[in-house]
Amino acid sequence: MKRFSKAFLFYVLSTLIVVIWMIPFIVAFFTSFKTMDEIFMLRNFWSPPRNWTIENFKIAWTEGRMQRYFLNTFLVTSISVLATLFLSSLSAFALSWYNFKLKTVILVIFVAGMLIPFQMLLIPVYRFSLATGLYDSLMGVILFHVAFQIGFCTFFLRNFMVTIPTSLFEAAKIDGANPFVIYSKIIMPLVTPAVAALSILEFTWIWNDYLWSLILLQSDSKKTVTIGLTALQGQWISSWNVIAAGALLAAIVPVTVFLIFQRYFIEGLTLGSVKG
Amino acid sequence: MINFPVGACPQDSTLWRKRYVKRDRLTPYLFVAAPLCMYSIWVIFPILQTIAVSFTKWDGMTKMKFVGLENFKRLVSDNYFGLSLLNNIKWMVGFVVLSIPVGLIFAMLMDQKFPGHKVYKSLIYLPMALSFVVIGQIWSWVLEPTGGVINTFFRFIGLEQFAKPWLSDPKIVTYSLIMAALWRQIPYAMILFLAGLKNVSKELVEAAIVDGATPAQRFWYVILPALKPAMVIAITVNIIDSLRAFDIVFVMTRGGPYYSSSVMANYMYVQAFHNYRMGYGASIAVVQFGITLGFIIMYLLNVLKREERE
Repeated sequence: MKRFSKAFLFYVLSTLIVVIWMIPFIVAFFTSFKTMDEIFMLRNFWSPPRNWTIENFKIAWTEGRMQRYFLNTFLVTSISVLATLFLSSLSAFALSWYNFKLKTVILVIFVAGMLIPFQMLLIPVYRFSLATGLYDSLMGVILFHVAFQIGFCTFFLRNFMVTIPTSLFEAAKIDGANPFVIYSKIIMPLVTPAVAALSILEFTWIWNDYLWSLILLQSDSKKTVTIGLTALQGQWISSWNVIAAGALLAAIVPVTVFLIFQRYFIEGLTLGSVKG
Repeated sequence: MINFPVGACPQDSTLWRKRYVKRDRLTPYLFVAAPLCMYSIWVIFPILQTIAVSFTKWDGMTKMKFVGLENFKRLVSDNYFGLSLLNNIKWMVGFVVLSIPVGLIFAMLMDQKFPGHKVYKSLIYLPMALSFVVIGQIWSWVLEPTGGVINTFFRFIGLEQFAKPWLSDPKIVTYSLIMAALWRQIPYAMILFLAGLKNVSKELVEAAIVDGATPAQRFWYVILPALKPAMVIAITVNIIDSLRAFDIVFVMTRGGPYYSSSVMANYMYVQAFHNYRMGYGASIAVVQFGITLGFIIMYLLNVLKREERE
């Protein structure tokens, strides 16, 4: 009986919380399927559309150029994630398997860097991009993301690598394997789960970035989805239905990735914070 | 693939590593060279440059002029900066006093593990997958004065006086923004606490039940002490996040009306990139960094301390 009342309480409370929690989503969802007439006549955000239409998504996708922004974001995100994972696995390998003078210093710099306010980097990175011709190019944004995320990724991968028994490493060394072979054939296959978790986390972070695209990109053809969405807000000011459709389009990729790989996402977030 | 006899070699890593290091001094540097180089160009040098620029007067085009502490002196008497700093403190307090307890309550509830708790968790986590631009847009409809969800709700239950212009009233606009940000921040705290709850010893909780401890006593004397590491990290990370707040402010209000919802990050951006006062902007960033640094060090000490224990 006690178990039953406890379960009852759990379901009532949880359902209540989730319903309230989902309201903003529902609002966006309803709005995105409404016609312009309905938006102007009713001017409310909570009622479901009377005539469902997918016209708004088409407008946001083509006229709102979300199509283009999607492609840009996809390029930026996928290249950044791959490059960051590769580079940080190298530094993580060095920091976890070798004892060298600057080891602790480098590790502390990597960890501290991931927490600094971006404002500390804005002016120099912007100037640097202008000076090197990286300004207003996707490459400029990619290089920044890769460089910045190296800090967190190195820390993250290192924490995994130090848990691998050293005997594996030593055995390989005795067998005459060179360090790069040890890195690629022994260590990397063993940290695949960590790399998976990390790539999910990095994917959503970089996909959702706003500030760096704002600072480093200018022309419309280079914009990423987050910047594109704000452009949409400027262009379709009171067409809330189109903006809502654009917002849902901008959200759909990270949300899907998150839902499919949620376990990795959570593991990624808790490592380096709670587990240490 | 090489076959390695697991356990055939001495397990003591420190001894072995010492021996190994002598022969192989260069290798680790080769591995860190490329990542460290990129990190230096885009992160380390910029930090130093920003500090240097904060002592200058510079519009980004003409020659930089060294002005010493002039920018920082001006910050002290700049009301808009004061307002931004005050708003950051509101963010900080808001994050700590709301996302920590609410996140903890959510985590305790979801830790019950009744069938279906995974679905509930997924739905609560969902805002974390969204960009702040999307969150800002969605919340501007929730907060919209005429047809927005919150005001409609208040009118519906007959509490007309609580229906407010959430984003245009300078007195409440910051709280509205914090509310929107909490939608993403609470699940984060919840994740940290759920991970922390795994460290709560089941035996200890059961022993407390046998000894007749009330649920409140169990929470206070058994669960909460076990959650302390998670709590420290959650508070530190929340404070650091509150000091970094930018996107949501910029997207929803641009810091307005009349700077009333401005935060340091946003004020820095406006000064440096709209008003072309790079030196002044840099000095704002340095103050923001200085305040954050204290908490970053706290975080680092916590992480490193845990490393030592392991």
